[in-house]
Amino acid sequence: MLGPSGSGKTTCLRLIAGFEQPSHGSIRIHGVEAAGLPPYQRDVNTVFQDYALFPHMNVRDNVAYGLKVKGVAKAQRHARAEEALGMVALAGYGERKPVQLSGGQRQRVALARALVNRPRVLLLDEPLGALDLKLREQMQGELKKLQRQLGITFIFVTHDQTEALSMSDRVAVFNRGRIEQVDTPRNLYMQPATPFVAEFVGTSNVLRGELAQHLVASPQPFSIRPEHIRLSASAIPGDVLQLSGVLHDIQYQGSTTRYELQLDNGQLLAVSQANSQWHADAAPWQPGQRLHAHWPREAMTALRETVLDEGR
Amino acid sequence: MMRRLATLLYRRPNLYLAMLLIPPLIWFGAIYLGSLLALLWQGFYTFDDFTMAVTPELTLANFAALLQPSNFDIILRTLGMAVAVSIASAVLAFPIAYYMARYTRGSTKAFFYIAVMMPMWASYIVKAYAWTLLLAKGGVAQWFVQQLNLEPLLQWLLGIPGVGGSTLSTSHLGRFMVFVYIWLPFMILPIQAALERLPPSLLHASADLGARPRQTFVQVILPLAVPGIAAGSIFTFSLTLGDFIVPQLVGPPGYFIGSMVYAQQGAIGNMPMAAAFTLVPIMLIAVYLTLVKRLGAFDAL
Repeated sequence: MLGPSGSGKTTCLRLIAGFEQPSHGSIRIHGVEAAGLPPYQRDVNTVFQDYALFPHMNVRDNVAYGLKVKGVAKAQRHARAEEALGMVALAGYGERKPVQLSGGQRQRVALARALVNRPRVLLLDEPLGALDLKLREQMQGELKKLQRQLGITFIFVTHDQTEALSMSDRVAVFNRGRIEQVDTPRNLYMQPATPFVAEFVGTSNVLRGELAQHLVASPQPFSIRPEHIRLSASAIPGDVLQLSGVLHDIQYQGSTTRYELQLDNGQLLAVSQANSQWHADAAPWQPGQRLHAHWPREAMTALRETVLDEGR
Repeated sequence: MMRRLATLLYRRPNLYLAMLLIPPLIWFGAIYLGSLLALLWQGFYTFDDFTMAVTPELTLANFAALLQPSNFDIILRTLGMAVAVSIASAVLAFPIAYYMARYTRGSTKAFFYIAVMMPMWASYIVKAYAWTLLLAKGGVAQWFVQQLNLEPLLQWLLGIPGVGGSTLSTSHLGRFMVFVYIWLPFMILPIQAALERLPPSLLHASADLGARPRQTFVQVILPLAVPGIAAGSIFTFSLTLGDFIVPQLVGPPGYFIGSMVYAQQGAIGNMPMAAAFTLVPIMLIAVYLTLVKRLGAFDAL
């Protein structure tokens, strides 16, 4: 579940977990109606954003908590807790208190605590948000591996589109309390359904109105990714889609260089070019220069405008 | 000049800290601890029963006298009351504190704070006197009991040895009620503070892992409220141990530690004995704090 903050993704997760009750509609978990059930009667477990580890219990008791309240015998629940800790590479940490662990370790304990109950759905509420970049990337890989291994449905909330694309089989993009598109990461990126999705997932140029009319003779807006656009100093002859504009800014970003072209109607067109030639010269163009941007027809995706029925 | 001083203090943070701490340390060290130690030292002085004179001859007789049955009774009576008052306060305070911490916000919370603290604005002696009237024969409390037809129950309670007495205002029960009334805010506020710090996500996590509300209460809420209960009980326990007004106004005759100290140094002029008695609550509280610490109540601080 991907979306900007305040778009309703965490609320949706809390509805699935049972911390909030829907005013209407239904929630089905593997086909079983769950709306109206308290959290402790649902076969889902949550990894909380702040981990929510019990500070007065050691790591083993934290992990074994779900089994304890269900009445599993002590020896058995300790064995299963130890097994779950092994799964997240924390075997032997059982005696420590949560305060003695680093952020990444607490994260793993929270994961083990949820997984030890073998839920049918695991909910993760921005679980990697508090970790630094390196650790986050490492945990992303581990979560993915764990999910494959266990075969449980993971529902993962994030506002980071890179994270959503790299980790998910399917992504639901949230905007202002509604889902704009549910699709595979590839389709989401290549065929965004709405201007919001096009601009939120990756960078995109959304062209509307007269520009769209002029280029493709259609009033529908469309999106074109910066990396699919080429620049040239002179107009390209023949049947290609092209626009001309004045080079506004050049941003060198390491593996790519980003150009901003100011079109005649004032809109900025983002263009991204890979710096794949090791001997490539410094930017071949100067700001202020008039350039032509062109792209193949197939690179464009037609979008539908989102209609918000706010009155509901 | 001021600027140079400011720069100097900036460069030497320890000097700055020392300047801040020296006045309170002098107050605490010299005046507070000093007077307490001077008082306890007098416990070793000799009191002559015939001449009523105190001589600085060192003796352990005063401390030995604490173990005499009559004095030891006073200690046990006070200790029993302090324990009972602490337990009852905790039981009464918890639901109020829980409600304040979890279900109120903004102006409702402010209302509860004021409601809890308002009784502390009135003089404590006035409140104790008021209670003697409320509990007296023919007083408001008795009238209520009569209206509710609970007279036999009251008579039965007053008939229990060690709890009762001839009327409510001269019974142990009445004294206990007044103590609980007076010290309850000191229990509510620390528990409320402890529960306030409990992150809601912990309660969600507990329910999410399958715990029923009762299990969440026993396994998560109560253990994390223990430091608050311990802090509150330190107040109720030590305040009851040292009190000398309530035992004189409400309840059956017989000294409490506080009223005994008051009587010894005031009416009798036996300062050494009073000093010896003063040591008792200090020792009891030290033992109590050790016990509470052993139970791990401060681990979560």
